[in-house]
Amino acid sequence: MRELSIGQYIPGDSFIHRLDPRTKIVITFVFMIVLFVINDFSGYIFPVIFIILSALYSKISIKYMIKGLRPLLFIILLTFVLNIFMIKGRILYEIGPFDITYEGLYQGVFMALRLIFLIVGTSLLTLTTSPIMMTDGIEYLLKPFKRIGVPAHELAMMMTIALRFIPTLLEETDKIMKAQMARGADFQSGNIINRAKSLVPILVPLFVSAFRRADELAMAMESRCYKGGENRTRMKELKMTGNDVLAFIITAVMVGGCVASRFLW
Amino acid sequence: MPIIIKNLSHVYMPGTPFESVALKDINWEISDGEFWGLIGHTGSGKSTLIQHLNGLLRPTSGEIIIDGVNIADKKVNLKEIRQKIGLVFQYPEHQLFEETVEKDVAFGPKNMGLTEEEIAIRVKDALEAVGLDYREVKDRSPFELSGGQMRRVAIAGVLAMKPKVLILDEPTVGLDPRGRDEILEEIVYLRKKYEMTIILVSHSMEDIARLVDKIAVLHKGQLVKCGTPKEIFKDREGLSSIGLDVPQITHLMYRLRERGWDVPTDVLTVEEAKKAILKVIRGKGYARA
Repeated sequence: MRELSIGQYIPGDSFIHRLDPRTKIVITFVFMIVLFVINDFSGYIFPVIFIILSALYSKISIKYMIKGLRPLLFIILLTFVLNIFMIKGRILYEIGPFDITYEGLYQGVFMALRLIFLIVGTSLLTLTTSPIMMTDGIEYLLKPFKRIGVPAHELAMMMTIALRFIPTLLEETDKIMKAQMARGADFQSGNIINRAKSLVPILVPLFVSAFRRADELAMAMESRCYKGGENRTRMKELKMTGNDVLAFIITAVMVGGCVASRFLW
Repeated sequence: MPIIIKNLSHVYMPGTPFESVALKDINWEISDGEFWGLIGHTGSGKSTLIQHLNGLLRPTSGEIIIDGVNIADKKVNLKEIRQKIGLVFQYPEHQLFEETVEKDVAFGPKNMGLTEEEIAIRVKDALEAVGLDYREVKDRSPFELSGGQMRRVAIAGVLAMKPKVLILDEPTVGLDPRGRDEILEEIVYLRKKYEMTIILVSHSMEDIARLVDKIAVLHKGQLVKCGTPKEIFKDREGLSSIGLDVPQITHLMYRLRERGWDVPTDVLTVEEAKKAILKVIRGKGYARA
């Protein structure tokens, strides 16, 4: 469970770490959209260079990013396999009623790569941005939508709290699991129904403790007169620097390249 | 069922930026029927160490030999080990989950695959061993009991497996003084009745000094000292340098000595202290003063 690297922040002091969270969020979004603009392999050269550059400047080991792919390996493989078999075209190989086509293979690899870039790109954002910075950035970016009734601050606060409690709940789960294992519980063997049943001794205590924590936190916030929204100041104001401008310029070049690859080549 | 720990080390999350050494080269021998106290500052590795004893954690290196079997070996049936070595976690009431007390206590024995009759007997015995009235509590929801009762139900849940070794991780934390005394009394009673080996993790030096035969001191993942309470608490400076303390009553004796009273400083319980002080007073002849 501790292996999960999506959503995990690794503290550091690199160029990417120091970028404003708003910059990183916007760039990640742009990057995701641009991935869908590209429609052939040669276009991938731009996001590949972009990712390699960001990864190098984030000083986070490549091993970590590859680790982040592991839990999603199944989805990547499924996409790959579905594409291989579903697309009609020149037949390369036949397995029973299924045909592997040249077009399918092409499309399969293409889609799998797109997914991998998506995952690596977004995990770069979360690996280099602390949860607090991230929600600050999101709150700021959501501000314009306040006029149409989006409760930006409340949403950000909810996210902060949720993120804050992920490690706590993971730890709690670990503890409860161990306590039940010490009483001879077995979570690995048996059929699906038995295994689902064996989760009850974990889930009940986990829910009980989650509700208790929520209750305590709400009480603690209220007793310190918490009130969200208007007139709240923050300890650390977000500030854009020259580095952010540089990052945006590099992103613009990448976007330009991708768009060009689709419409001009 | 002797437990022998040889050169045990444990590293959390090796190979990541979060890597940390929790235990370093631990050597520890626990013989049958001994009552051990395990003390150490917060974060010294106590919880990590006890989780090795029933295979919840695997050592990074080293051996844990229980009854002649090295449980660090991957082929060992851990379920069997966990029946022999009962582990009561901190705040054990947080693991209660069943609808009734009876069912919750039966969870362990049921996992052992015992017969219905055997389970019923064990549940009754276990609840009574922790001082609860079986008939009164068995059909109640564990969540409507008081904190102290919940904790006893949780301890009964482990006892129902009839372990030969019982490990308790701060069993009295968060209880009121009466609840604490009752739990500790029950531990002493259990030990006599079932001749169990007991390992008690505690921050209360008074409890440790009063109850255990031997103490193991952990500091920064290393077992720095093992010995009888008298031996361990003799070294007041050494203990305080690693964030530990001697019992309050021992402090009192030191203070009296500083003021010129001729009292021994290796006194660990109030009873002993009373005797020592009375002796001095009587010796000086102002008992009535």
